[in-house]
Amino acid sequence: MAGTDEIEALIEMMARLPGLGPRSARRAVLHLIGKRGQLMTPLARAMGQVAETVRDCTICGNLGSSDICAICADEERRTGQICVVEDVADLWALERGHAFRGRYHVLGGTLSALDAVGPEDLGIPRLLDRVTDEGATEVILALAATVDGQTTAHYIAEALEGSGASVTSLAQGVPVGGELDYLDDGTISAALKARKAF
Amino acid sequence: MEWREEGVLLAVHPHGESGAIIEVFTAGTGRYAGLVRGGASRRLAPVLQPGAQLDAAWRARLSEHLGQFTVEPVRSRAGALLGDRIGLAGLSAITALLSFCLPERVAYPALYARSVALLDGIGAEGWGLAYLGWERALLEEMGFGLDLTRCAVTGSTEDLAFVSPRTGRAVSRSAAGEWAGRLLPLPESLRGGEAGLAEGLQVTGHFLHGALAASLGDRPLPAARDRLATLLSRV
Repeated sequence: MAGTDEIEALIEMMARLPGLGPRSARRAVLHLIGKRGQLMTPLARAMGQVAETVRDCTICGNLGSSDICAICADEERRTGQICVVEDVADLWALERGHAFRGRYHVLGGTLSALDAVGPEDLGIPRLLDRVTDEGATEVILALAATVDGQTTAHYIAEALEGSGASVTSLAQGVPVGGELDYLDDGTISAALKARKAF
Repeated sequence: MEWREEGVLLAVHPHGESGAIIEVFTAGTGRYAGLVRGGASRRLAPVLQPGAQLDAAWRARLSEHLGQFTVEPVRSRAGALLGDRIGLAGLSAITALLSFCLPERVAYPALYARSVALLDGIGAEGWGLAYLGWERALLEEMGFGLDLTRCAVTGSTEDLAFVSPRTGRAVSRSAAGEWAGRLLPLPESLRGGEAGLAEGLQVTGHFLHGALAASLGDRPLPAARDRLATLLSRV
């Protein structure tokens, strides 16, 4: 041990973060200590503030600093469209694209055959209530193109039959900048099935 | 310790930030688990979807170790089925049931061959009946085979109409008598015919839940199986 107990405890905590191990956590802590005024104190303050104020939106499951997140509270957003995503990271990815101006619903996972994750464990019953209560006209299923993701999508689509809302899903296929030679055969197969008039 | 063989990917469990522990079912080695380094990476994640046919090489210093897999895709099955509700449910049910009930490192070559044929035929005409036959074969391999060739009471091969929920043996209509209400109906689909797929799945489901799952510490059967049975029953 080279530092104090407090520094060692900080390194141990940092090493638990994604992307960091004991060595990289040690480097990060040394860097923070070297820039106490500019970086470490503001970072500690920001972390404390977020820890105190962050909460799940009671409507969509997004993160915010009040019971209703900024997206759900934004009156300029369309209310007729609900985009269903697996987790908050997916919501943020869609927001980065600035292509969607409706509202979201965060499931918090996908149905899993092996891990015994069922519809009640996710936000699916709450989603069905929202579609009825808000009079949604379209539900966009923006779930992963995996077996679990699409199984969840099919389940939701079936549950929404008769709700009056149209159910759509994101296209699957060749990504922007993708070369066919480097794609797996599952992606190519999905792209061929989803081909459109040109 | 090492081996290399083609097999079906049954399950993928995240391990750490970028790794995955996978379960592969092969003809020669049975259900085998191992670590894939970078299994959650952008390159490998699309390959490691349940149902994929893989060329898998497993290596460990000692046989009792978890071991590491290196995998090459042979063919993907999930990609073509993502938009097919029943097909995807079928793929999930088959892989989840195999992962659920197969003991580790015990070879079942006949069941493997049957599983590969069933997975390759998902969506083809008569696939539902093939799936029902596969569930019977699975029960048989696990020691809970149904004997539907003759009546358990009289030995008769005529007028078989019921299945005993305890023994899995057929019972003729005349022998059932007042017990008929307590027996499971024996549909044509379990006797080589085409009618009564839903009823057939109810019979195999009874033994999957009540006998197979019960023998495995009363763990609940994967929900994917009942989801598929519900979908097939509506067709």
